[in-house]
Parts: sequence; C-alpha cells; structure tokens
Amino acid sequence: MPQIAQLAETWSSQFFWLAVFFGITFFLIGMGMVPKIMDTVDQRDSKIADDLAAAKAARDAADEQEEAWRVRENENREKARGIVNAAKADAAAKSEKTIAAAQKRLDKKLDEAEIRIGEARNAALAEIEAVATEAAQDIVQRVAGIKVTKPTAAKAVKETLAHG
Amino acid sequence: MAAEEGKVDPMHQFAIEPIAGTEAWEIAGYNIAFTNSALWMLITTVVLFLFVMGGMKRQLVPGRWQMMVESFTGFIDNMLEANIGKAGRKYVPYVFSLFMFILFANLLGLLPLGVIGLHPFTFTSHFTVTGILAILSFSIVLIVGFWKHGLHFFSLFVPHGTPLPMIPVIAPIEFISFMVRPFSLGLRLFVAMMAGHVLLEVLSSFVIDGTNAGIGFGFLVGLPSFLLMIGICALELLVAGIQAYVFALLTSLYINDAENLH
Repeated sequence: MPQIAQLAETWSSQFFWLAVFFGITFFLIGMGMVPKIMDTVDQRDSKIADDLAAAKAARDAADEQEEAWRVRENENREKARGIVNAAKADAAAKSEKTIAAAQKRLDKKLDEAEIRIGEARNAALAEIEAVATEAAQDIVQRVAGIKVTKPTAAKAVKETLAHG
Repeated sequence: MAAEEGKVDPMHQFAIEPIAGTEAWEIAGYNIAFTNSALWMLITTVVLFLFVMGGMKRQLVPGRWQMMVESFTGFIDNMLEANIGKAGRKYVPYVFSLFMFILFANLLGLLPLGVIGLHPFTFTSHFTVTGILAILSFSIVLIVGFWKHGLHFFSLFVPHGTPLPMIPVIAPIEFISFMVRPFSLGLRLFVAMMAGHVLLEVLSSFVIDGTNAGIGFGFLVGLPSFLLMIGICALELLVAGIQAYVFALLTSLYINDAENLH
C-alpha cells in the first residue's frame, strides 16, 4: 500500500502542498468569492421579497379603491334612481294637471254647447209656435171664416203642443 | 501500471511520484517535492476556481452556471443553518471550501484520463491528506469550543440528565468518542475512495487479462466485468459526492457541538 509504504518520504510534501492549495482554496475561493456569491443570492432574495411586498401593497390599494368605487357607484346609482323617480312623479303630476285642465275645458265647452242647444230648441219651439199660431189663424179663417185673434190662437196652439 | 510485468497492479495508482526535477525541494530539512499528488491538488484548485468564477457574474437573474454555483453555496448554507443555526453562517467559507475541494478531488480522480495516457491521481485516497483535513476540522472545533465556552466546553463530555454516579463512567466514553472523531472522519473518506479505485482497477485487470487469455475468457470474464465496471463507475460518482457531503456534514455537526455545546 503506497499510502503506508511512502508515508515517511512523502508526508511532508503532502502536508505542504495540501496546506498551499487548500489554503488558496479557502482564502481565495471560500473567503473571497463565496461571500460575494451569497451576497448576490441575498440581494436577489430581498429584491424578490420587496417586489412581492410591493405587489401585495399595490393589490391592497387596488382592492381599497375598488371598494371605494363600488360604494361611490352604489351611491350614484341610488341618486340616479331618486332623480328618475322624481322626474317620473313630476311628469305624472304635470300630465294629470294637463288632463284635468283639458277635461275642464271640455266640460265647459259641453255645458256651453248644451246651453246653446237648449236655447236653439227654445227658439225653434217659439218659432214653431208662432208659425203654428199663424197657420192656425189662417186655417180657422179659411175653414170657418172666423177671425181668431192671435192670443187665442196662440193659447190653443200651446195647449195642443203641451198635450201633444 | 506495471505493464512490463504483464499484470495490473491495483495499488500502483496510489503511488506518489515526484514530478521531474523537484525531488530535492525541501524546507528546513523536510521534503516538499512537487508530486503527482500536489499536481492534482493544483488541478483541483484551478478547476474549482474556474467553476466558482463562473458564478461571480452577480447577475440579478442568474444564468445556468451562476445558478449552479449558487445552488452549491446555498446547499452548504442550508446545511450549516440546519445543523448549527444562525451562527453557522460564518463557517460557510470553510465548509464550502472543504466540501468543494473534496468533491472536485474525488470527481477529477475518477476521470478516465488513462485512455489518453495520463494518470489521474485521487489525493483523497491518501490518509495523509484526509487526515490533515480531518485534523483541521477537529482543530476548528476545539478552537471554537474553547474560545466560546472556555473550560465549560468540557461539559460536552457529560450529556444532559446524566445521573451523578454515572458521570465517571460516561465522561471517559464520551471523551474517547470525541477523540476518535478526527480518525473516523479522515479514515472514512480515505477508505471509501481507495476501495472504489482498487475495485475499479481489479475489475479492469479482469477485463484486460480475461480478454488477453482468449475470446472465450473475454466473453466469460471480460464482458461481465466490463459491464460491472460501468455500473461501479456510476456508483463511484455517487460515492464521490456522498463522501464529500459526509465529510462536510460531520464537520458541521462537530462545529455545532462546539458552537452550541449540547
């Protein structure tokens, strides 16, 4: 076994060169480079953590704003509904008033027309009486040769008209 | 491989050979020849450096390479945090270096470079190397433990709720189990890596010798051995990762003892 057979002649060389090269490894790589690499990793980890925190904060803010927007939106909708309802009620009231006014005007016109019709009928009736009176006078004179005065004839006509 | 002897020596791959011209290098009488083992430590360091360098772009949105490196650092970071807690972070550089150094050494040692005539060398299959790494981890445990808790660190040898009469018995057992740690830590990696490489070498000698012995033996011995080798190669890749992980995990568990006592 060379490990034992050569021990006496090689141990010092092994020790020396191991000290040299493991020393280089430790001081140059272990102490010099590894901390920098770990520092990079730490920086990356903290950057990722920061970014995640920032993203979370941004999302929370967005949620908050959305909530506020929702509240505002609901208020606005409520307000809009109020306005629409008011407008509807207003319009209904106005149209009711208009309709009432129109109704009144129509009623008035109807009444006037009825009055006019009544007057016309009375006038016509008077005319008929007058004509009938004259006709009665005429008929009596021609048939009986009796001259009937106008009031008498008129009275007779009125009675006849009243009895139908 | 000792081809001139006509057979494969499965232990030859662990032989340490100084690279030409450096045999005589020494410091204060100690030989420090630049060996093939040292060469593969150098290669491991360079490859690991290049790998981690690819993760240094520091982009906010990582590319594939950066992602890969970051997943390794994250893996070690999570392991330390799970075992030690928040205080575990300061050990990331050490445990990361340890884990990656062993992992890359294991994997690079498995590269089939023999095909193009190079000889990969797995320095983690030498207990001189794994032992030094284990002692290093163990020293860190001791230093951290005594630094943080002073002599109170010895309470590690008395588990919570031990009845008073049992302490004289329990404490030595705990002490021995504590002192065995660096050996088990170092030997585990060394044995796992060596066993795997010996097994692959033995199987490859079956393939070569079986095929050389004739077509019949080739089909009877060589082919099944070759198929088995493919499976064991996959297993060895797994073992390379697992052993590196175990080494780092146990180190972090031991540091946890020092950091938090019980």
